Amino acid sequence: MSLLEVSGIDVFYGRVQAVRSATLEVDTGEVVALIGSNGAGKTTTLRTISGLLHPLRGTIKFNGLDITRIEPQKIVGLGVCQSPEGRRLFTRMSVLDNLRMGAYTRSSRADIKTDMDRVFELFPRLKERMNQIAGTLSGGEQQMCAMGRALMARPKLLMLDEPSLGLSPILVETIFSIVREINATGTPVLLVEQNANKALDVAHRGYVLETGSIVKTGSGKELLASADVQKAYLGM
Amino acid sequence: MTTVRNFVRSNVRNPNAIAYFLMAVGALFFPAVVQFATGGSGDYLVGLAADGGIYMLMAIGLNVVVGFAGLLDLGYAAFFAIGSYTYALVASNHLGVTPIGHSLHVPFWIALFIGMFVAATAGALLGAPTLRLRGDYLAIVTLGFGEIVPRVFRNAGIWTGGVPGISALDVPTLPGWVQGPWIGQDFGWVPDFRFTSANLTAYYMLMIILIAFVVILVHNLYNSRLGRAWMAVREDETAAAASGVNTVSVKLLAFSIGAATSGFAGAFYGAKLSYVSSENFGFIVSVTVLAMVVLGGMGNIPGAMLGAIVLYFILFWLLPNAPGQMQGLASSLGLDWLNQSNPNGWPGIGEVVSRSKYVIFGLILVGIMLLRPQGLLPSQIRKQELTHEEPEALAAPRQLQA
Repeated sequence: MSLLEVSGIDVFYGRVQAVRSATLEVDTGEVVALIGSNGAGKTTTLRTISGLLHPLRGTIKFNGLDITRIEPQKIVGLGVCQSPEGRRLFTRMSVLDNLRMGAYTRSSRADIKTDMDRVFELFPRLKERMNQIAGTLSGGEQQMCAMGRALMARPKLLMLDEPSLGLSPILVETIFSIVREINATGTPVLLVEQNANKALDVAHRGYVLETGSIVKTGSGKELLASADVQKAYLGM
Repeated sequence: MTTVRNFVRSNVRNPNAIAYFLMAVGALFFPAVVQFATGGSGDYLVGLAADGGIYMLMAIGLNVVVGFAGLLDLGYAAFFAIGSYTYALVASNHLGVTPIGHSLHVPFWIALFIGMFVAATAGALLGAPTLRLRGDYLAIVTLGFGEIVPRVFRNAGIWTGGVPGISALDVPTLPGWVQGPWIGQDFGWVPDFRFTSANLTAYYMLMIILIAFVVILVHNLYNSRLGRAWMAVREDETAAAASGVNTVSVKLLAFSIGAATSGFAGAFYGAKLSYVSSENFGFIVSVTVLAMVVLGGMGNIPGAMLGAIVLYFILFWLLPNAPGQMQGLASSLGLDWLNQSNPNGWPGIGEVVSRSKYVIFGLILVGIMLLRPQGLLPSQIRKQELTHEEPEALAAPRQLQA
């Protein structure tokens, strides 16, 4: 039994089907990449796991528990946390308050303090800017803040939606090395990326989504080496 | 002593702390100053200020709904009405003439909280089905609610006294009260004190205490986990839900706490006026309170309070007195002909000002919003947002110097 088991989910926006019987798994300790082009259904899959959308068919299990139809705040409480696409920070709240919001479902002050220190260790920039309001951060800092916020929930599974979107190449490097660091401390990561090259480089395993269906799966290295993937997503 | 000194030092540059301090000092000395300035006949002004406190309470409550949680409530006066009528029913002879046939005389201090509780319940009942709506839709629903409630009270016949309303409500009582020169008497202890319209200073002091109580409560909520959740919902509801906030119940709490404050103010209003009628809870009340919050600085408690003071002063003192002042000004300038009405249509300066009262009010509102779009006393966050420079822009020149 894997930590997260998504089996055969169909997700619709009204009458438009965005995800077709997608099946994927994330195991403890893994980094799993979900790659695909625009509109392939990557974000929809993540939103469905978070409980912000519900599948018409199929089940989602976390730690053996069926979470297909429960409310997002309860899923967060179980330890599935998402850093959403476009960061979605609380732009008119301070960096500190954004991080505190990440720990919203938790009650132990001592634990929250420990995790806050850990986030500041990972992202020293956030510590410098902790009283600044999030909307005035630079793009890279905002991404750090979004990841920090997700980490504050002490996730059992961290889901990152396009963490490299709109960042300069040097910041993309930083973000992916932080993903490695987060994973090294034992947190499994489900990574959604258009930057397939980088994502597969970091990931243990990967899934390729195409118009809503998973068309290929394998280890990160296999996918990187695969001719199809290279042609479609790596531009080689 | 050092803690006091540190407290002062850390707050001396904080505009909110300064505003709280000035308002507290101003509130405490206001009756004495007014009595002194008017030679002991300032009771009317003290009473006017106590009524202003009712608006201030409502502004603080609406600030929770609109400023903190970002829910546009256009029917806020409905909860004010509910608080007033609740007080009227439980603290007068009125229930005796209804089919219940037995009047209740709940003491003011308890009835105040009954009014608050009933208003909060009404807020929760209205909120439960409607808070799933976002933005403009919620505004329309609350607008409708604000129109419905006074009409229900007007048409509920014997239960609410219909058009004339309910009169002869109980006044607050206390086991004792201090009297003194501020009401033109010697210092002394009055046993079995009853609040009457002859002692408006007592109402005024009561109002100050109620406001202080509500401010402390709301301030603590603002700095709590719930306060952060309100702001998160206001900023981005989906992201808040993704952080584990139960958005519906958090919004419901903001709505009911706002309603409770309004009901609280309503009960005080009923007790002070000793009379309620559905005429006093129209849309204009909701809009005035909303204007106080927006003008004062949305999302900032002392801002909303300051907005309430400024708007109340304009609406209930400046504008009613403006015609007389203009006449006085005209005659002191030797322009007495301005005061005379004239057969070719000039009605006299006083009448002109009196007719254009609301034009002047509108111009003042527009003027304030143009000069201070963020409000008179904005929250620190909003201020930073409007004045902050890009971090890179700040860092660059420093590198050049090095």
